[in-house]
Amino acid sequence: MRHIIAVLLENEAGALSRVAGLFSARGYNIESLTVAPTDDPTLSRMTLVTTGNDDVVEQIKKQLNKLIDTVKLLDLSEGPHIEREMMMIKVRAERQDREELKRLTEIFRAKIIDVTDTSYVIELTGASKKLDAFIGAVPEGLIVEVVRSGPTGISRGDKGLTI
Amino acid sequence: MALSEAQSVGADPERPERSGVELSGAEIVIQALADEGVEFVFGYPGGAVLHIYDALFRQESVKHILVRHEQGASHAADGYARATGKCGVCLVTSGPGATNAVTGIATAYMDSIPMVILTGQVPTPVIGSDAFQEVDTVGITRPCVKHNFLVKDVRDLAVTIRKAFYIAMSGRPGPVVVDIPKDVTDPNIKIPYDYPRDVKMRSYNPVLKGHPGQIRKAVDLILQAKRPVFYTGGGVVLGEASAQLTDFVRTTGFPVTSTLMGLGAYPMTDPQFIGMLGMHGTYEANMAMHETDVLIAIGARFDDRVTGKIEHFCPHAKIIHVDVDPSSISKNVKVHVPIVGQVANVLADMLKLYRELAPRSDEQPVAAWWTKIAEWRGVDCLQYDRNSAAIKPQFAVETLYKVTDGDLYLTSDVGQHQMFAAQFYPFDKPRRWINSGGLGTMGFGLPAAMGVQLAFPDAQVACISGEASILMCIQELATCLQYGLPVKVILLNNGYMGMVRQWQEFFYESRYSNSYVDALPDFVKLAESFGHVGMRVDRPADLEAAMTEAFAMKNRLVFMDVIVDPTENVYPMIAAGKGHHEMHLAPSLSDRELA
Repeated sequence: MRHIIAVLLENEAGALSRVAGLFSARGYNIESLTVAPTDDPTLSRMTLVTTGNDDVVEQIKKQLNKLIDTVKLLDLSEGPHIEREMMMIKVRAERQDREELKRLTEIFRAKIIDVTDTSYVIELTGASKKLDAFIGAVPEGLIVEVVRSGPTGISRGDKGLTI
Repeated sequence: MALSEAQSVGADPERPERSGVELSGAEIVIQALADEGVEFVFGYPGGAVLHIYDALFRQESVKHILVRHEQGASHAADGYARATGKCGVCLVTSGPGATNAVTGIATAYMDSIPMVILTGQVPTPVIGSDAFQEVDTVGITRPCVKHNFLVKDVRDLAVTIRKAFYIAMSGRPGPVVVDIPKDVTDPNIKIPYDYPRDVKMRSYNPVLKGHPGQIRKAVDLILQAKRPVFYTGGGVVLGEASAQLTDFVRTTGFPVTSTLMGLGAYPMTDPQFIGMLGMHGTYEANMAMHETDVLIAIGARFDDRVTGKIEHFCPHAKIIHVDVDPSSISKNVKVHVPIVGQVANVLADMLKLYRELAPRSDEQPVAAWWTKIAEWRGVDCLQYDRNSAAIKPQFAVETLYKVTDGDLYLTSDVGQHQMFAAQFYPFDKPRRWINSGGLGTMGFGLPAAMGVQLAFPDAQVACISGEASILMCIQELATCLQYGLPVKVILLNNGYMGMVRQWQEFFYESRYSNSYVDALPDFVKLAESFGHVGMRVDRPADLEAAMTEAFAMKNRLVFMDVIVDPTENVYPMIAAGKGHHEMHLAPSLSDRELA
């Protein structure tokens, strides 16, 4: 099963490589990993997406907690949560494709953020599946470049992952 | 594990405070070690640590032991830590100094040994420029340390060293590397020194006490058990929980088996001890594991050398697992009652509750189970040919036990001799059996013995080894001479990498690929050339007298080259991928109808 795990880490040099090293050393799957400082500059927040059966995911969480730099950890998939990923996609936009791509952008509530005579850059935010769907909807052969941030997430309700 | 609050959190209160004085980074390193109460630093100088070595030269509270290879430094610090329960300390230079120490760091990591390794690094402005003797030490050691630090500012030095000791010694212990660039130890830059007494880390809070609800569940299971077994590991030794374990085992009257790392935590000569378990464990211990209905695992980690094939592991048992490290629980084997906490605390709490709840009765609660175990014991699985014309390695270990009266610190290298020692030398105290269990590092024994002998100068210390292992760190014989360490090296010389040869005999149709050591030195002359006493023994009848003579030389290192039967194998043996009930027994036993 797919799990989205949020981790608060000490904002120390090397903290990210400890997490990345843990996943490769122990052979865990990692689909994506994003990290950035939080409102507290001494803390980074990492979101990682992994897959595995319950036992494996349990081990992943224990091993992450064991890292000295890990302050707190939450498996967002265990409760109601919101998942968002950002994508920028550069597409070839010429002649009749320009209109088609604009319509698609509206349907997906995306934004065109760069325009040239022959191309658009479209920005889209949503759950990863929505981004997949958008890529699937772009007519074949028009995609020049795709960049995705990897998912981040936050739990629903009034409780927060803070220290 | 069971380190008291004062030990794990505060620095040594006996040391005079030196707060307020102005010190350079190099002086801070040494003063911090003194404030931690460090007796010995095992190390080797080099460019990046020269400032630190100069500070070391100008003081007397910390004694430096000059090894002959940095691997020796990390193993010696490790041996010291295993024997004393204190933190081992090494000091090595950047680049090759650090990489040479890595084998010893990984060895300590696999067996959860508390160590602080100070490594020199090239100056901060040239880090990343492929400078002379530069390696990414923090990167190289990351997967084999509990934690590591790169100190880039002299103002962070004291607090980082304090944190390193705290992390190394608390919770599940382990090695911590502190990488110190040369400019951080600059003798011309002095700052006020204030060694922090306490350290608090919001991201690191080891669990001390077990959950009362879980302890209750465990005791309820124990009270219903018909065929219980205690399975204890290195965590009992590391957690100083030997007394609590012994109390609990004796109160319940249950059988107890131990992993290689836990030997001595419960007295091995006690009748309730049924031998080591696992790949080379006793028939009775492994059969008891296979038949048990309640397995009480204490400070053990269900290593593959212990469990055999997981599908066959304790098929009838409910499993209780006590461990300080939550990630050890249900890692390899799913357990029914996990208890996270320091083993000494949890065992004491369990015993208290057990005493309250156990029915008063004079009857042995598991008498039928003991009858079954007695049958398995009757197989006498460790028997060997006592009439052999060649010295049997088992006989050599038994003779060692006799000559040393069971009162010995025994370090070991890796291979057949290690298993024979574990099977035939019954340790009655913890911290007496010192070997590389997890990583299986050949070359560990001799430098580890130096660390032990330094800690206990008047104790009998021996290193059991093989002719292949000993050559991996033989240079440390020079260190032993320099510091007058009268270690006794018991070399079981069979000409082969014995354990490799055994596997090749069993699983590769006796194709002995590169396991025969064709050109061996004359070990007697070798020992003599290093300034020690060498002895060679090749007849069983001469062994006891020779060993007695060796141990009588209280102030000399004696290197005993004991020529043993090259064809002897370690039995019982569970082949990789087999269950506890599928042991190979010695050929003399394999025709017998087994219980």
